[in-house]
Amino acid sequence: MSAATETKTEANTKTVENATCTFCGCLCDDMVLTVDVDAHKITKAKNACVLGKALFLSHEEEDRPFALIDGKPATLKEGVEEAAQILTNARFPMFYGMSDTTCEAQRQNVALVDMVGGTIDSTTSVCHGPTGMALQGVGESTATLGEIKNRADLVIYWGGNPAESLPRHFARYAVTAKGMYTPRRKKDRTIVNVDVRRTKSTPVADIFIQVKIGADFELLWALRALVKGRKVAPDIEKRTGVSLETMQDLVERMKNCRYGVLFFGMGLSMTRGRHFNAAAILSLASDLNEYTHFIATPMRGHGNVSGADMVVSWQTGYPFAVNFSRGYPKFNPGEFTATDMFARGDADAGLILAADPGSNFSQYAIDHMKKIPMIVLDPKLTHTAKLAKVAITTSHYGINTGGTAYRSDGVPIELRPCLESKYPSDEEVIRAIYKRVEQLLKAKKKTKSANNKRRKAA
Amino acid sequence: MGSTLRIVNGRVYDPANNVDGKTRDICIKDGKIVKSVPPKTKTIDAKGMVVMPGGVDIHCHIAGAKANIARKLQPDDHRRDVMRRLDLKKINTRSGTGGTVPSTFTTGYRYATMGYTTAMEAAVPPLLARHTIEELEDTPVIDKGFYILMGNNVLLYQMLQEGRHEEIRNAVAWWIDSTKSYTTKLVNPGGDEPWKGHRNATITQLNDKIDGFEQLTPRKIITSMVSAVEDLGLPHPVHIHCNNLGHSGNYKTTLETMKAADGRRIHVTHIQFHSYGGKPDENPTSKAPAIAEYINNNPNISADVGQVMFGKSTSMTADAPLAWMLTRYSSDQRWVNADTECESGCGIIPFAYQEHVYTHALQWAIGLELFLLSKDPWRMVLSTDHPNGGTFTSYPRLIRTLMDKEFRKEQMNSVNQKAVAKIKRAHHMEREYTLQEIAIVTRAGPARILGLKNKGHLGPGADADITIYDEHEDKELMFSAPRYVLKDGKLIIDNHEFKNNHEGKLLHVSPDYDEGIKDVIRPFVEDFYTIKFDNYAVSDNYIHHHEVIPTTK
Repeated sequence: MSAATETKTEANTKTVENATCTFCGCLCDDMVLTVDVDAHKITKAKNACVLGKALFLSHEEEDRPFALIDGKPATLKEGVEEAAQILTNARFPMFYGMSDTTCEAQRQNVALVDMVGGTIDSTTSVCHGPTGMALQGVGESTATLGEIKNRADLVIYWGGNPAESLPRHFARYAVTAKGMYTPRRKKDRTIVNVDVRRTKSTPVADIFIQVKIGADFELLWALRALVKGRKVAPDIEKRTGVSLETMQDLVERMKNCRYGVLFFGMGLSMTRGRHFNAAAILSLASDLNEYTHFIATPMRGHGNVSGADMVVSWQTGYPFAVNFSRGYPKFNPGEFTATDMFARGDADAGLILAADPGSNFSQYAIDHMKKIPMIVLDPKLTHTAKLAKVAITTSHYGINTGGTAYRSDGVPIELRPCLESKYPSDEEVIRAIYKRVEQLLKAKKKTKSANNKRRKAA
Repeated sequence: MGSTLRIVNGRVYDPANNVDGKTRDICIKDGKIVKSVPPKTKTIDAKGMVVMPGGVDIHCHIAGAKANIARKLQPDDHRRDVMRRLDLKKINTRSGTGGTVPSTFTTGYRYATMGYTTAMEAAVPPLLARHTIEELEDTPVIDKGFYILMGNNVLLYQMLQEGRHEEIRNAVAWWIDSTKSYTTKLVNPGGDEPWKGHRNATITQLNDKIDGFEQLTPRKIITSMVSAVEDLGLPHPVHIHCNNLGHSGNYKTTLETMKAADGRRIHVTHIQFHSYGGKPDENPTSKAPAIAEYINNNPNISADVGQVMFGKSTSMTADAPLAWMLTRYSSDQRWVNADTECESGCGIIPFAYQEHVYTHALQWAIGLELFLLSKDPWRMVLSTDHPNGGTFTSYPRLIRTLMDKEFRKEQMNSVNQKAVAKIKRAHHMEREYTLQEIAIVTRAGPARILGLKNKGHLGPGADADITIYDEHEDKELMFSAPRYVLKDGKLIIDNHEFKNNHEGKLLHVSPDYDEGIKDVIRPFVEDFYTIKFDNYAVSDNYIHHHEVIPTTK
C-alpha cells in the first residue's frame, strides 16, 4: 500500500508506465496503466490491444480462500503442508504448466522437481514442442523481432492467425512497423499468408496462398526442392492445392529479397506432420541463406512459455518433457510429456503451476487427473483447480508480481506490477513447498536408515 | 570472530608474489587470505601437495542466449554425460547434464571440481544481458562476469560515423553499467551489417567499408573502442575476436589489428584461430611464430590461446558468417543463426576435431606452438574458447601436453603427419612448462589481465579461492582431481569429495558517465529496438551476490 500512497494523485489514482502485458507472446512492454487505488482496479490500459485490455481491465481480485483442500477453504499454511505431503509420498509425480508465471517461479519449480525426482513439462509440449524437436534435428535461423522490424522486406505468415492471437504483431514487429531499412512501413515489405483457409490475418497480405488441409509438409518440401533448383512435377497442385507457378513465384521472391522471414504457428506444429512440418520450414529458411538472409521463427502464444523453455533448458539441458527419476535429467517427449503421462495413467500425483490442462487435455488425461492427488497454483478457480486435491490461490504475474518473462524471440523483459495482492506469488508458494518437502524427505530418510539398522541388528 | 583456517606444509605456487614451490603456510580469515591466524586454528595438512590460487578462465561461453540454444540443440550431447543430484548431510546439489555445453549447475560444479573458481562468459548481446545474469546466478560455486558485444552496435556506428567520440565513451560506459557487465568485446567488427543486410556477405579487410556506413571500417571501430575503454579505465581492455577467424592467411589481419592498437592495451582472444598462413580457401599453414614474436615484443598485447582439443566441440560464436562458413566443413546437418537487433549476430554448429584431418591437426599444433613460443606467460594464457576449441574439462589434458614433452611427442605422432611435419622438428617443441608457468597461464596471468586484484594470487587481501593438488607424475590426473578446493575460504572439495555448495559472485564494473547520454540513446532504442528504453537496463533486482570491480579512473 505504501507504494500506492507515494504516487497517488488527487483522484487517488496512480500510473505505471512501460508495464508489460503478459497475455500473449508479443509481450508488449509499452503499457501505460492507470490504477484506481481505492477501488483496487486498473481503469485504463493505454496501448493495450483488445486482448490486453481484457486482461487488465477485467482484472479483479476475487475474494477466494488462500487455499482449498478437497474443495474446502483452508489457510495457505495448510495448503502448503498438504501439497508437501502429497509430493513427499508420490512415487511418480508430474509437474506441468509454467507458461503464465515468472522465470523466478519456474526456476524454483524445476528445483522442486529435481528434489522429488519427478517429471516436468511445460505447455510447450502442446504448442511448439514439435518445433523444439525439429530444432534438435536441423537447427534454425532466427532473429529478435527488432531485426525483423528493421530489415525484413519479405514476411511470410504460415499456419497462424496473429490478427486474432497476437494482435499487435503487425504493428509492432513485422507489417506496419517502421524500421531502419523499412521507413515506409508496409510499402517496404511484401506480406504473404499461407494457410488452409482465409483468416482475419489474410487481408493484411499481398499474396494469399491456400494450401490443402494436411498438405503443409508437401508444400514446404516442394518449395525446398525448387530453392535447390530441383524439378517439381506440375501435379504437385493436386496434392497441395497450390500451383507450380505460384510456388515458383514465391521461391523467386524468397531468393531475391534482402531479408526474409517465415513466421509459423500451431497450424504447422500441431497438425499432421508436426515436427516434420516444423523441421521443413526451419530447413527452408536455412536453405535460403545460400541466396540471401532468411529467418524462420515460431509465433508463441502464452506470455512466458518461452521463459519455461529457457529455464528448463539451462537447468537440465532439455527444453521440456524432462524426468528426474534416476537422479539426473532425462528427456523423452511422448514418454515424459504431461498429456501422455496423465492419459496413460502413469503419474500418481500432479502439480500444475499456472496452466489449465483440465480444460484442454484429452478426456483420458482429465479422467486420470481426477483419480490422483493434484496440486494447483493459480489466481483463478480453473477447471484444473476444481478437480484438485489442493488448490492454492496465487497472485497474478505481471499485474501483482514482478519478475522476468521471455518474449517469443528470447528477449527477456522485467515485469512491472501495478497492483498489490493479498495472495502470495507462485514463487513464494513453490519455495514454501520446497522447504517443507525438504524437511519431510530428510525425516523420511532418517526413519528409513533407522529401520534398516534395526533390521540389520535383528 | 569469523572462521579461520590454515593450510600447512604445502608447496606453494604463487607467481604474483614470487613464490615458486616454497613450503609456506596460507592463512585464511572470513573468506580472505590474511598474514596470520591464531595458533589454535583448524588446519589442512598439505604435505606432498601443491597449493595454487583457484583457476581463472578468461574466456569461455557458459551462460546466456547462445549457450542455451546450443543446449536445446543437442540432446545427443547430454544423454551420455549426466550429473546426479547429491543429497549430502549439509547440502543438496542440483542434478544436470554435461556434454560440450553443460547445464548451468553442472558447469559450476565441474569448474569447481577442477579447481577453477572464476570464469568469464565472453560474448553477450547487451539486450540479452538479463538472460545471462539469470543463468550465471544458477551457476554455482564460481565467481563470474561477462563481456558485452559492442563491435557491431548500430548506434555506436552512427556516433562514430559522425565523429562523436565523447558520446561514444559515455554510451559505452552506460552500456557496461546498465548491463552489469565487465568489459566490451569486439567480434568480427563490422561483419554483421553485410551479413544481415547484404545477402550474407562479410568483411575481410581492416580497411573495408562497412555496408550502410560509408565512413566506417573495422579499423576505425577497433581504435575508437580501444580509446573509449582506455579513457574509462575499465580493469580489462577491449577483448577482441579479430576479423577473418578461421580463414587461411588471416594472421595478417591479426597483426594489423594488434598494430592498430598503436601501443595501447588490447586483449586478443583465441589467437590460435587467427594465426593461419596460406591463401584463402586453401589449406592453412602455421604462422604461430610470427604472431608469438609480435606479442613477445609488444607488452601492450595480451592473448589467450584458444587451443583446439580433439573430440566433440560446439562452435558457438557471435561471428555468424564464420559459423555459416563452417557448415561446409561439418558433417552435422544442424546450423543455427540468431540475429540480435542492432547489436549482434550469432552462429552455432555442433563440431568435432579429428586427429586425422589436416586442418584440425594443424590447428591443434598451432595452439601448442603459441604456448611454447611465448616468452611471457603472463600475456599468453590458457583457454580453449570453451566449447569452441574444446571443453573446459579438457584443460588438465592440455596442461599435461604443455608440461610433458614425451606425452606431446606421442600425440604428435598420432595426428595427421602432413600437418605437423615441420612443427614436430621445431626447437620449441622441446620446451616443457613448469608448475610455476602453469600457475601463471591458468590463474595469475588471467587475473592480472582481467585487472582482478583479489584473484590469481595468495597474498594477504586476496579472495581465499585456493586449489590444492596431490603431486603426481601424470599431470592430467593431477589437475583434473584436486584434493581440496576452497572458494571464499569455504571447503567445497574436501579430500576429493564434494562437501559444500556455494553461491559465487557476479563481477561487474560500473563506470561513470554523463547522464545526458541517456537522451541520446533513448530515441534510438525507441525507434529501432522493440523494447522501451526504460525497460532496457538491468535493474538491481537481478543483482544478489556481487562485487563491483573499480575502474582505474
